[in-house]
Amino acid sequence: MGDFFTVSVLVATLASGIRLATPFLLAGLGETIGQRSGVLNLGVEGVMLLGAFTAYYVTLETDSPTLGILAAIMVGLMMGLVYAFITLVMQAEQGISGIGIYLFGLGFTDLLFQKNVGTPIPISGLGDIHIPLLSDIPKIGEIFFQHSLPVYVAFALVPVVWFMINKTTFGLNIRAVGETPEAADTLGVSVNGTRLITILIANTMACLAGAALALEVGIFQQNLTAGQGFIAIALVYFGAWRSYGVMLGALLFGIVQATVLQWKTLGIVEGATASLTAMAPALLTIVVLVIVSRRVAAPSALTRPFDRSG
Amino acid sequence: MKASKTRAIASAAAAFALVTSACGSDDAADEPAAEPPAETEAAADEPAAEPAAEPMKIGIVAPSAENDLAWSQSMFDSVNRVGEGRDIEVAISGGLFVVEDAAAALRGYAEDGFDLVIAHGTQFGGPLQEIADDFPEVAFALGTSTDFFGKDNIFAYSVDAGQGGYVNGVMAAQLTASNVIGVVGPVPAGDAKLYIDGFVAGAEAQNPDAEVNVNYIDSFGDVQLASEAAKAHVANGADVLTGTAQMVVGATGVAAEEGIPWFGTQSNQTDLGADIVVSSQVYHWEIVLEQMLDKITAGTLGGEAFVISFENMGLEMEYNDGFGLDASVRASADATVAGISEGTIEVPAGE
Repeated sequence: MGDFFTVSVLVATLASGIRLATPFLLAGLGETIGQRSGVLNLGVEGVMLLGAFTAYYVTLETDSPTLGILAAIMVGLMMGLVYAFITLVMQAEQGISGIGIYLFGLGFTDLLFQKNVGTPIPISGLGDIHIPLLSDIPKIGEIFFQHSLPVYVAFALVPVVWFMINKTTFGLNIRAVGETPEAADTLGVSVNGTRLITILIANTMACLAGAALALEVGIFQQNLTAGQGFIAIALVYFGAWRSYGVMLGALLFGIVQATVLQWKTLGIVEGATASLTAMAPALLTIVVLVIVSRRVAAPSALTRPFDRSG
Repeated sequence: MKASKTRAIASAAAAFALVTSACGSDDAADEPAAEPPAETEAAADEPAAEPAAEPMKIGIVAPSAENDLAWSQSMFDSVNRVGEGRDIEVAISGGLFVVEDAAAALRGYAEDGFDLVIAHGTQFGGPLQEIADDFPEVAFALGTSTDFFGKDNIFAYSVDAGQGGYVNGVMAAQLTASNVIGVVGPVPAGDAKLYIDGFVAGAEAQNPDAEVNVNYIDSFGDVQLASEAAKAHVANGADVLTGTAQMVVGATGVAAEEGIPWFGTQSNQTDLGADIVVSSQVYHWEIVLEQMLDKITAGTLGGEAFVISFENMGLEMEYNDGFGLDASVRASADATVAGISEGTIEVPAGE
């Protein structure tokens, strides 16, 4: 255990934790916005996969990760329109339609990958950006300021999302349609219009999360996200539908994962103990979820379609 | 009326999603059944031609894509090699990492009258036992496994992956300058554990001062976790890496990024890093597949276990010419392979 508490190992662990947290955070922030407006999307995992494949394939064909990200954003907007049609126009049961989106994303990305790529081909990632001056701070710089662009974007969006939801008129509308859509409607707020925008934002951020993952690992494979989308949804509840709460949850999950990885690498845990330790991030998340659920209520209109005709 | 119409459309959309997902995960490579030859009038004095034997139908269920450059690809490539010398029809259901889905596919192949149904994944052993009982006239194969559960219609197949692991370990111990070697594994079971145990033994035998750190990430499919595990190894000073299973593409990316030599297994992984892949232990399952097919033809549907190894040429070391491996290191590897084949080098079994 002494090997773990060396400065270099601790620095590497925290930096790894931040990288691992990034896809959860991006997808979780988007889902937070959606759920605050009353829309649940269990298909985040599928949308992340679509974003991951899009970013991967475009990067593979153009050798431009930037184009890959832009393409993933476009796909996110398209998936947002699809999900908006399903939930707002057709008013389908959100839980079930979300699972449909997940299955679609899982199967369609595998189909596209098999038909267009086949054998996994590595791509060039975004590369790390060293923030001038800040990245030179001993140890602190390595932990926080030597990451790829999606990492910085993800954490920069935390205060942006907080501000949008809590300090803007649009954010007020989001909260209103998520709690009492009927009252919001009587006050002239377009409930479905607001939800359309939040769905577009949520799906775009989910695709961005997938793109960040694909560009970080530099490859695509079937089921690349390995359940991260579902964890992101859990983190929304974990964070009590607050952007800073989601960030804390993502960091907790990521850092615990990174710590377990280091312990295994250093031989601090092995065998059956290692397997038990690997459950730690999920167990911790469940415990906090139980605590949070007793104290904070979900948006009142979550999963409830709005129909003006009553 | 509106609500029921809405539900109908939503149901159709969900069904479309399910069908599309089924298309993605089930990449059947069925060849169309040969059409019966057109009937012709035979001359009275010509003997009637014997009907052509139908090709043997092989169904494969695998937990990852058949072109994953790892576990599933090893079987796919092997079946293709069998097809070069035999008349076979092959159907593959890859990407079935959910055991229940794999079980449905196994049952489907059995119902469709396939001659040999291969469950290419240890995790499929549980449902396979039940399915085999329901189809006593169908031959099944389970790998990796040495246990055919006492069923006379299940073949078990496994690989002495520790042998190639040992050879890779011998080479890795000579290439490391920091004396720290990193291993990224999935779950400590099956051929993964055999390979890694053999690798550790080979490295320690070649260089007792080498520290080999093993990290089982407890997942066969989490690519990001494999990537971070590799980065953790690098952070701890590893300058040589290896790993096994389908998530290993995450680790090879780190190796390529850092310019660190990589040793592969299951399939030739040179495509994952032309500059850094040193060698790969390649599985030749066709060695045992041919035996199974012969036995099925003779009427034996199972009840036997097979192992591929250097001795029976079921394992082969393939080297990447692009890496520029030192001749002396290569020679030591060749000598190790020969020693294992001849029995003069014994690969210790892991714990």
